[in-house]
Amino acid sequence: MLRHNNAEPRAGNTTTVIELENVAYSYGGGELLTDMTLKVAPGSFHFLTGPSGSGKTTFLKLCYGALQATAGHVRLFDRDVRGLSRDDVAVLRRKIGVVHQDCQFLDHLPVTENVALPLAVSGQDASSADANLKELLAWVGLTSRADALPPELSGGERQRAALARAVIMSPDVILADEPTGNIDWEMSQRLLTLLVELNRMGKTILVATHDLGLIRAAKAQVQTRVLRISNRRLQMAGADL
Amino acid sequence: MILDWRSTAKMLQFDEKADRVVPPTGFTARLTLFSSFAMAFLAVFALALSLAAGRVADRWGEELAQSSTLRISAPAGEVATQTEAALRVLRTTPGIEDARALTAEEQRALLTPWFGPDLPIEDLPLPQLIDITETEGGYDAAGLRLRLAAEAPAAVLDDHARWRRPLVDAAARLRLLGWLSILLIASATAAMVTLAANAALAANAQVIAVLRLVGAKDTYIARAFVRRFALRSLTGAAVGTLVGVIALFLIPAGSDETGFLTDLRLQGIGWLWAVLIPPLSGLVAFVATRFAAGRVLEELA
Repeated sequence: MLRHNNAEPRAGNTTTVIELENVAYSYGGGELLTDMTLKVAPGSFHFLTGPSGSGKTTFLKLCYGALQATAGHVRLFDRDVRGLSRDDVAVLRRKIGVVHQDCQFLDHLPVTENVALPLAVSGQDASSADANLKELLAWVGLTSRADALPPELSGGERQRAALARAVIMSPDVILADEPTGNIDWEMSQRLLTLLVELNRMGKTILVATHDLGLIRAAKAQVQTRVLRISNRRLQMAGADL
Repeated sequence: MILDWRSTAKMLQFDEKADRVVPPTGFTARLTLFSSFAMAFLAVFALALSLAAGRVADRWGEELAQSSTLRISAPAGEVATQTEAALRVLRTTPGIEDARALTAEEQRALLTPWFGPDLPIEDLPLPQLIDITETEGGYDAAGLRLRLAAEAPAAVLDDHARWRRPLVDAAARLRLLGWLSILLIASATAAMVTLAANAALAANAQVIAVLRLVGAKDTYIARAFVRRFALRSLTGAAVGTLVGVIALFLIPAGSDETGFLTDLRLQGIGWLWAVLIPPLSGLVAFVATRFAAGRVLEELA
């Protein structure tokens, strides 16, 4: 299921899994993000903070190729996203698990099929993945909810299902956008534990959140870098975090 | 999206999981089924019309091209003499295989459809008709008319050319209209399926976003929609074709002589054309949805 790699870089010989070089993003005539430069090393744990509307979600979308930078370069696993076709980006995205704030499920399919969706779209054999799927659902505590439809899940269950879906392909990177935004403290701690566990397996984690409590709790368990988007620019957060 | 053979072939492959990613219900499903049903039903009639018109055109062309009629319109006392004279001329004319005066019974049979069976033909001043069968090469109509004018002045030669050509032309035009109707029906089916596919794709923008989020290629996403629409269209068209054929069978049968309206049933190779309507409808839906999906996925990118 979730392959350990003893915190060694997972993406071949790459020294960075995500690299932004003087990236800007404009929409509707206005520049939302400007002059952003960042190198995310394999196996690192990053938090991204900033006030609502500061561009955290846009930043994450640039990091998994859902948006194209209007200036600068975004490189995923050493490949410049700008030169890639949509199908190439789709294949690259299979190495990046994404947990969305609103989870984004196919509401007519049960949890198991939603979690296994990345396998289905990549044409992997479902029978060989079946054991992994069960193990994964047990890991996120959703075994008893395997046949439920997404609208029947609580907020915490949805977030855990989204996390299970994000990691089922054993991706190198996991991006999470406000994963604790709609759940209580206890559930957010449980989710954080799962993310820390993934990081200890060598996965690169980047979490956009404005939940400072979550960041502090993470720092107590694992080495993290905290970034902040302020005035459309990316900065290192202060020592208070 | 470029329409290449590799991705097109992929779309035809059965993939239960890919088929399930699109929610199964919605008005677009019913719209596609109904429009394919209706269009196939109409296509069966257009096909039957076209094929029947073709048969009529061929029959009239062949039969009438090989026959002529000579009419003897003379006073009662001279009809027999003029008929004998005309028959002598005809039997010695190159290009005429046979010439035969119709009996009173045969002339009555010709008039029965218009005047009923109890027509007292003997009491009517009807012209005597002579049926002429031509050889394959035919005869010189102008030369024959000159000879008849000299030997049997009451004889009027009708080589059918005057009214045969417009009838054959009309039947051929009707056949063309039938095929044109089938083309229009196919185009209308494509337009309706495209509209339904566009609506389905727009309504499932969230599904497309989720699929892209988990790394689905455009081919995979398109396949889920394309296969579904093609299958719906195939199903609707199969039922429509079946109902259309049954409706054709409900038209009372007639002989060749009773004409066009009772000759609409499919015959011979016509059945093959009818059997092709559902797969052609599926193919039209496949191509239409493929292009619609390509365009929408491009817009949503």
